[in-house]
Amino acid sequence: MRTVLTVLRKDLLLELRSLETVPTMILFSIATFVIFHFGLNRNSLDGQLAGGVLTVTVLFAGMLAVNRLFVAEREQGGFDGFLLAPVDRSALLVAKAAALFVFLTGLELIAIPAFAVMLLGVPLWPALPGLIAVLALANVALSVIGTLVSAIAVQSRARDLIGPLLGLPLLVPALIGTARAAGPLLVTHSTGSPPGKWLAILALYDLVFALLSYAVFDFLLED
Amino acid sequence: MITYGRRLRGLSLVTIATISLAYALAFFYAPEDADQGFIQKIFYLHVPLAIVSLCGFIFGGLLAIGYLRTGDRRWDIRSYVAIHMALIFGIGALITGSIWAKASWGHWWVWNEPTLVSFLIVVLLFATYQPMRFSIEDPERQARYASVFAIVAGAFVPLNFIAVRLANQYVHPRVLTLEGGNLPASMALTFYIALLGITLLYVTLWTYEMAAKNARMQVRATRRKLLGEDAMAPLRRSAAPS
Repeated sequence: MRTVLTVLRKDLLLELRSLETVPTMILFSIATFVIFHFGLNRNSLDGQLAGGVLTVTVLFAGMLAVNRLFVAEREQGGFDGFLLAPVDRSALLVAKAAALFVFLTGLELIAIPAFAVMLLGVPLWPALPGLIAVLALANVALSVIGTLVSAIAVQSRARDLIGPLLGLPLLVPALIGTARAAGPLLVTHSTGSPPGKWLAILALYDLVFALLSYAVFDFLLED
Repeated sequence: MITYGRRLRGLSLVTIATISLAYALAFFYAPEDADQGFIQKIFYLHVPLAIVSLCGFIFGGLLAIGYLRTGDRRWDIRSYVAIHMALIFGIGALITGSIWAKASWGHWWVWNEPTLVSFLIVVLLFATYQPMRFSIEDPERQARYASVFAIVAGAFVPLNFIAVRLANQYVHPRVLTLEGGNLPASMALTFYIALLGITLLYVTLWTYEMAAKNARMQVRATRRKLLGEDAMAPLRRSAAPS
């Protein structure tokens, strides 16, 4: 647990000092909203369309962080340092997934208000508590799969291509769950509570892949 | 030393016999579907292809567990060949499914059809297996990473089907349900023989490719022993250990 906190602290400190990942993700997501505005030729969105646009934007912006997640470890010899230390290897998975979760939350803190201002045609406040629950579950899915895929992709030749290539199909069930759960929240007079079926699917997805990643992650670090 | 070639002749003969029997039954014994007519016969090819392909993906994941447990590269090659073959069967299932959809629903592709869409996602995911595998140069690491991917993706198959199925209404004809389906006995018999035939085809092709890879490995090992390390050009895009 102390290892996890140390690695997580290192990653967050690095991000705070370099400001490389999260600002890029935020700019990317805002640019994506503008593209959706012109691509769909709509001034405001609601319902399932709004849920889908928001989910897809978060997913694609998340891919930017996924691509960069292990680059420093690979290039600066962080993997060797970690392997030399007498610590549990799964700690790196947990720490990196937690860092990714924090990055995604940071992205959403800016991207959701920006979305509400730029594209959303209905008031955000009634939907907000439900939306936070949905996005929290979606962030877990994205962090777990993203960390696993990033650890595979970082050792390959075409690193930036392989990450999204593996990650996007793996995340399709989570994308369906998030978009379907967020859609009914973003309508006028919504009940404010997301559909339980989709929350359950998201939670199941999170659980299965978290356990699976925990089981196989050790093999990605052996040398 | 394992020889895959010895079993190959008998296996091929059984496969040819079963598949011939299955499609003879499909065309001459099973009754024509009252609703869909002749096009329904493609069902004896499409459904077995889809089922065998999905089982092949999961089979590849199970073989990959063998690699991670033992570190023996033969398990990794078995897993690679299983996924490779399942992918070919999967593309066959997508094409035959599309033909059936065109004839029966009037469209080549139907998005609100959960089985079709989830199958496409699985095929897309496994289509990334080879680019991922061959972009890692170190053979040891390639085997390890490919195994990790095969296990995760194998577990993804059932989960994906649950998610996509819930997202849509049922349109796809349910062939195998828990209640035993609603096929007449003659159709069911033909279907199960076709399923057996396609399964045998998968096993035969798997054994055939394993035999070929095995033979190539042995030839390379012998050449290296006789001609020295420098005489061997490194293999490009191959899962076989050199």
